[in-house]
Amino acid sequence: MTTATHHELETTFEREIGPATEISKRPNPVKRLLNVWAYRELLGNLVRKELKVKYKNSVLGFVWTLLNPTLYLVVFSLVFQEVLQVKVPYYAIFFLSGLLVWNFFSTALGAGTGSITGNAQLVQKVWFPREILPLAAIGAAMVHFALQALVLIAALGIFQRAPSAEYAIALPFAFIVLIILASALAIALSAINVYLRDTEHLLELALLAWFWLSAVVYPYRQVAERLGPGREWMASLNPVIPIILTFQRVLYNPEYSSFGWYTNGGREGSRFDATNAIPNQDIPAGIYHPLSWYLSRLSIVGLVAFGILLGALWLFGRLEDDMAEEI
Amino acid sequence: MAEVITIDRVSKTFKMTKDKPKSAKERVIRAGRIKWEEFRALDDVSFSVEQGETLAMLGHNGSGKSTLLKCVAGTLRPTKGSITHRGRLAALLELGAGFHPDLTGRENVFLNGSILGFSKSQVEGIFDDIVDFAELDEFIDLQVKHYSSGMYARLGFAVAINVDPDILLVDEVLSVGDEAFQRKCIDRIRRMQREGRTILVVSHATDTVRQIADRAVVLDHGKMIADAAPGEAIRTFREALAARGVEVPLHAEETDHSPPTIADPVTGEMPIIIGPGALVDDPGATVAIRHVIPEYPDEDVHHLLPGQPLKLRIGYTATGMITDVAFAIEIFDEDGTRLMGTTTDVLEQYIHAVKGEGEVTFVFDSMPLLDGTFPLTVAIHSHDGGTIYDEREFEDSFAVMNPGRTRGIVNFPVKVEHLFHF
Repeated sequence: MTTATHHELETTFEREIGPATEISKRPNPVKRLLNVWAYRELLGNLVRKELKVKYKNSVLGFVWTLLNPTLYLVVFSLVFQEVLQVKVPYYAIFFLSGLLVWNFFSTALGAGTGSITGNAQLVQKVWFPREILPLAAIGAAMVHFALQALVLIAALGIFQRAPSAEYAIALPFAFIVLIILASALAIALSAINVYLRDTEHLLELALLAWFWLSAVVYPYRQVAERLGPGREWMASLNPVIPIILTFQRVLYNPEYSSFGWYTNGGREGSRFDATNAIPNQDIPAGIYHPLSWYLSRLSIVGLVAFGILLGALWLFGRLEDDMAEEI
Repeated sequence: MAEVITIDRVSKTFKMTKDKPKSAKERVIRAGRIKWEEFRALDDVSFSVEQGETLAMLGHNGSGKSTLLKCVAGTLRPTKGSITHRGRLAALLELGAGFHPDLTGRENVFLNGSILGFSKSQVEGIFDDIVDFAELDEFIDLQVKHYSSGMYARLGFAVAINVDPDILLVDEVLSVGDEAFQRKCIDRIRRMQREGRTILVVSHATDTVRQIADRAVVLDHGKMIADAAPGEAIRTFREALAARGVEVPLHAEETDHSPPTIADPVTGEMPIIIGPGALVDDPGATVAIRHVIPEYPDEDVHHLLPGQPLKLRIGYTATGMITDVAFAIEIFDEDGTRLMGTTTDVLEQYIHAVKGEGEVTFVFDSMPLLDGTFPLTVAIHSHDGGTIYDEREFEDSFAVMNPGRTRGIVNFPVKVEHLFHF
């Protein structure tokens, strides 16, 4: 038998020791964001892991990602153009520019919500800023977003349409706002899902309703007209709408006509004019809004989303205490 | 020496209920009817670990030792109190590191490396060492879900020790893997001790604790009941275990442990008891094992031949008169299988009292063993086992040498008969 004091007999090396960390302290939301930044390499690895795991067991791999919007496109074009007779020129492009946003939003939320429970092995065994897991789901959704954008680019090529240069500046801004919003919700939902496992299913239902309320399949103009000029702002209570509208504005780049009873400061600067109301007219997809209209709405959604993000991080911090045990 | 881990008044409370609502639906349906109970997994625990020290945490199942380790690792957060540590920390909680079952061993090594703050090139630098140590060359590109639990644990251990941790947390993993790998782990832990790394282990394998720890704390129902040298802590741990056994109303011990007062029917000897008043316990007296000597028949060779007699002499020193005392021995084989375990009570050879110095000898007329070194565990405890005065685990052994060619451990008495008709 070797003796218990064996190692004491030999000289021990002096090791330099690192700075003290109070591991038991709950970091505040800002500190949490800094932690995520410090662990960005891990974030990258987790995104790669997410994609690898997702496609490891499927033969078609990334093709699935492209198949989804294509299938949607075929079905919705058929139903809305042919059956319901919604007249939107270049419906394919219109639909794809909104669907791009929506697919990102719904995959990010869906994958993000299950990200903590799905990585129980990691959460139970090691410490790292756990909000990286929902954020990795967002990262993976961004890759899908890029792939699905290819479908849209193909459609633009087929129909010989060019995006709007005038509004292009709003597009990256809208995308950033979209990421903040999706991150905030994914972080909160991922932590809640540890304690209430049906969050994932409830989310599915919520997303279904949300999709139909987000002016992806039908033109926003119909919503605005239904609400009327005084109440149009209500549509923006759905924070996804300004983002989708921006994408549609830039990528779909509609041509305007000044007819229809609602013109909201159209090209001629005209206000509401009832005599212009011509029912049963073809409905062009767009309403003219200046760039500032888009930017101001995006700013508001962005600020709100950032507020939700801080709140989500705070909530996450509290729910994190027993996460490893509850999972 | 600097404090590397400081645990300051840490408590952890879990909210428990018999039938936990796991969904929002249930919460709504059963709102107000759920009875939450608080469960204190840790109750005001404070201690610190110095740099280069190896501390073991002992405790029964549910004592809170694993909860505390998780709090130190940061996967759980204490309800009260603070835990501070310095330097890089690698943790092996329960079964190994955190691996993703769908990823290969290689991918998991890189993922784990980045969790521990390693860049890709840094992981590449230690990758071969990890694979070598884990002995997984052929399997490193296999998804870990196809790994056996041993392979899984090996890879986890290999990662944790190769990431140059200042602090290593280990939870029971030393009991995983085959014997050779366990020895390799112990060797590696010794090397890490020499390198001045701080190690915190959770175990209920007392021999491991004795073997590697400098100090041990004992947790019982979330409270720290000892912080002492390993030997002393192990004794406290055993006493706590025994106390728990007594608490549980199993069938009351009906065996009479009181010394016999009638003459032995075989030898006709009268027990050496003068009178009931003659043996009075000294309060607080304790007894320690002084030595354990295997006495071989041939004094010149330090082993016996199969079938030869053996005497195991247990010397003791008692600080006062103790009447509630029994001696126990256990004989193991080299794989740790118990071959025999008995006590003076079981043998009905009662030790009536100990005081001062003395020796108790177990006399084996014949040892039907073939070959090997047989480790011993010797203990002195009270009749009901509730108090363990002293114990020596696997520190002593005796050896048997087999000059013949029969293989195995036990020398069963055997003859050969042959009936034939040519």
